Amino acid sequence: MTLPDIEQTCTELGDRLATYLNDHQITQPLLVGIRTGGVWVADRLQQKLQTGDDVSSLDISFYRDDFTRHGLHPQVKGSELPDSIEDRHIVLVDDVVMSGRTIRAAMNELFDYGRPASITLVSLLDIGRRELPIQPDLTGARLELDNGQLVKLSGPNPMTLTLA
Amino acid sequence: MNTDPSQVQLTANGRLKHFLTTEGLSRELLTEILDTADSFISTQERAVKKVPLLRGKTVVNLFFENSTRTRSTFELAAKRLSADILNLDIARSATSKGETLMDTLWNLEAMYSDMFVVRHADSGAAHFIAEQVTPNVAIINAGDGRHAHPTQAMLDMLTIRRHKASIEGKVVAIVGDILHSRVARSQIYALNTLGAAEVRVIGPGTLLPKDTEALGCKAFYRMEDGLKDCDVIIMLRLQKERMQNALLPSEGEFFKLYGLTEQKLAIARPDAIVMHPGPINRGVEIESAVADGMQSVILNQVSYGIAVRMAVMSMAMSGQQQEKNELLAAGQNDQEEA
Repeated sequence: MTLPDIEQTCTELGDRLATYLNDHQITQPLLVGIRTGGVWVADRLQQKLQTGDDVSSLDISFYRDDFTRHGLHPQVKGSELPDSIEDRHIVLVDDVVMSGRTIRAAMNELFDYGRPASITLVSLLDIGRRELPIQPDLTGARLELDNGQLVKLSGPNPMTLTLA
Repeated sequence: MNTDPSQVQLTANGRLKHFLTTEGLSRELLTEILDTADSFISTQERAVKKVPLLRGKTVVNLFFENSTRTRSTFELAAKRLSADILNLDIARSATSKGETLMDTLWNLEAMYSDMFVVRHADSGAAHFIAEQVTPNVAIINAGDGRHAHPTQAMLDMLTIRRHKASIEGKVVAIVGDILHSRVARSQIYALNTLGAAEVRVIGPGTLLPKDTEALGCKAFYRMEDGLKDCDVIIMLRLQKERMQNALLPSEGEFFKLYGLTEQKLAIARPDAIVMHPGPINRGVEIESAVADGMQSVILNQVSYGIAVRMAVMSMAMSGQQQEKNELLAAGQNDQEEA
């Protein structure tokens, strides 16, 4: 299959996000990228949106539901969020949404930092195969992959997409 | 049977499954402990300090020897990982009724415990338990005799790394009763593995080990010589029982020669940090002006202690889990082949 031009997809996603936030009257969003790919995408979106805050990053290693199966990820980097996310409108960004488990873990972690006013989920790619009732509000592109096939985002400059 | 403690604590893939000693562990693994602990520090600064990593796991604090700080920081670490923790005051319970150590442990294992945090007056106790008694329970050594106190050493490494940017290239002096100190021993191994430029031990001849060279450190008998150019000064607690064994003349004499005063601190580098594993004896090994001074990071050590213990506990639990999974997978393969 042909993979989309990832930088192009990202630019279009930025435009759509700007419109979305405008429609929902969100003036000061806080961009939170999920490590590692989600942070790269969030950085691109930030260039478009120019919010007042730096892009925050979330490392969900301590919140995964497969710790008892796979153990701790050896390269835990930690999360970097502002002192308070209380009442903030969060735009949660990931590179690829699949099962939805990462997003569940990310939302659990966010709530341990405080009570946000809202969370908007943005994903560069959606490859289906959902295992939880979680759907992105905005998606850059939807890919129909063959069974067992995965995509891998490399980056950050430039971001490239390969089939794995 | 594998009797090298540095190997007993690792899985076949070289992951941590017990934490018994810093001796023989690779620089990569020690660095991974510090990196993981760094991430836990950030979770400790939040309003909600808990993470769900060890939810449903049971940790037992087995302290055969008294300790308040170490036991309570292990307890907090377990709680902040969402594990359930049981504190057993062994000295006052089963063993005093005549139950053997092994029976006590087997009983606790039968209660589906996942991890034992062990402190014991005998060197090698934690290693013995990990290898011979309950190998499927993760064992964390919280101090065994004169042998090792690896979580204390790692929290000291984290303190140095956070306050001096790195351990590599630093000159570190450990002052006091080195001979009887499990803390010093574990620190020396970790410091050398992590690339310290020089590890010095300073104290009276009766309290320094004979084999300092083999241990990887340099002996000094005078503070004036040993503190020169130091980046880090680690003071150890003077144990009063040493005085009774005539290894030392008196507390006053010790303070005069080896107590850390502002004057002596001035011999080290001006940006040197002062550390102490606690509990401190003010006026015996350290003067209050130094303990409470600008260069002291003694209370930071306590905070980092929780993060380091969270790191080691989650890594060991993870290693145990991976080993169980591999055994399970191997069993399934055998069945399929049969």
